[in-house]
Amino acid sequence: MIELDRAGRSFKVQRSLVHAVRDLSFTVSPGEFVGYLGPNGAGKSTTIKMLCGILTPTSGTVRVAGLDPSRKRTTLARRIGVVFGQRTTLWWDLPLADSFELIRHLYKVDRAAFRSRLAELADTLDLGAFIRTPVRQLSLGQRMRGDLAAALLHAPDVLVLDEPTIGLDVVSKAGIRDFLKRLNAERGTTVLLTTHDLGDIERLCRRVMLIDHGSLAFDGTLGDLMATAPDQSSIEDVVARLYTGSGAT
Amino acid sequence: MVSIYARLAWTWTRAAAAYPGSFVLMIVLGFATTALDVAVILVVFANTTTLAGFSRDEVLFLYGTASLAFTVCDMFVSNIDRVSQHIKAGTFDTFLIRPVSAWLQLCADRFNANRIGRVLQAGLVLGYAVAALDLDWRRAWMIPVMVITGIVIFSALWTLAGAVQFVLTDAPELVNAFTYGGHQLTQYPLSIYARDLVRSVTYVLPLAFVNWQPGLYALGRDDPLGTPEFMRFLGPAAALALALAAALAWRQGIRHYRSTGS
Repeated sequence: MIELDRAGRSFKVQRSLVHAVRDLSFTVSPGEFVGYLGPNGAGKSTTIKMLCGILTPTSGTVRVAGLDPSRKRTTLARRIGVVFGQRTTLWWDLPLADSFELIRHLYKVDRAAFRSRLAELADTLDLGAFIRTPVRQLSLGQRMRGDLAAALLHAPDVLVLDEPTIGLDVVSKAGIRDFLKRLNAERGTTVLLTTHDLGDIERLCRRVMLIDHGSLAFDGTLGDLMATAPDQSSIEDVVARLYTGSGAT
Repeated sequence: MVSIYARLAWTWTRAAAAYPGSFVLMIVLGFATTALDVAVILVVFANTTTLAGFSRDEVLFLYGTASLAFTVCDMFVSNIDRVSQHIKAGTFDTFLIRPVSAWLQLCADRFNANRIGRVLQAGLVLGYAVAALDLDWRRAWMIPVMVITGIVIFSALWTLAGAVQFVLTDAPELVNAFTYGGHQLTQYPLSIYARDLVRSVTYVLPLAFVNWQPGLYALGRDDPLGTPEFMRFLGPAAALALALAAALAWRQGIRHYRSTGS
């Protein structure tokens, strides 16, 4: 579903070349739920932006759902859902319901399918109370649920989430996690999730990839990840060891 | 494409209609401020009967054709000059994850229906000039052609202005010189300007084809600067070439977009 082959992206910053991502290769199969970890500035967001075609890779190849994202961006958009936790993709001044209606037209979702999907999402994400409220007046938790619904109205095969639980309280977080778990289990949607909240990883991800300085430092199951450190270590300890390089293999 | 634009535009219009007072006031103000340009022309002609050999109604004809093309673009395309704001605010990513071209979404972004006031004003001036001028009707076909040519040229200029902002993110105003500046320039017969300027807006930035060259044909006049007759008909070709250049520049801009941190 997602294939990267020696993909790289560099930026010119004040005349020197900075490699945000370099020689990154991995494959994600349909139906997987993958956690994508890495310290700040490791290249997580750059990877995600290459996956949805926002950034053009400067080397290597990227394929999502069989398409080159930077060349087939608008075609791919119909098959991928994207959520940025730090930033809404909804229209700031429009009520949530209007944003959804616009999305229906942009993605050309037929009316009947849209209705049933929205009813289902509104139910599972509990949107009813604030669906008529302009996005700017929503709380962070409400907005995130709205963003998730917006990313799923066109029933994408792949869902890419960039820190979807950032800044959320424990109850909101639990709600989002349950929702994602069900989405992956019941619909078979492939999910790639970046987060700094290791609780997300423990509860959701069978597979974990860890990126540092723009290249992959770990790729394996949650069990493999825990096995890189002495017994009884918490997941925080394990990840901290990998981030600081002391446990990197 | 048109239906998506209409849908986006309608959504923004409905959002703006929540403040009906401001909406009506902006239409009236738009009408009034552009009417000032006409007032200037009328003041000039209160003191003289011709400007570079052109009568008042001929100048109003040139003003009307250029302004109609410009204000239509101002209403439907000009929102694209907010590219740099979106890049800086980090909101540009959002346009790129939708299955519709970013160009179309940006043009429709915060669509402002109250700009219709300016379009109406330009249309009225053109209507008056055509009625007053007693034009040769065999040459009148050029009028719609030149308005459409003008729309393509100004749209291409705005697209170029947007594309340049991917590089000059910190200097979005620089490009206004070419869009708004181009409109100011085309309001008068080009023969009042220095010859080098006229050459550059004929052969480099094809503003002369918005209304000057085809306008001379519609008015049945020779070019006071002596360009040959066939130049009157090159407008559509010049517009197409500029549109192509703009499309390529825009594509390059998107491919070189760097996004923001996080």
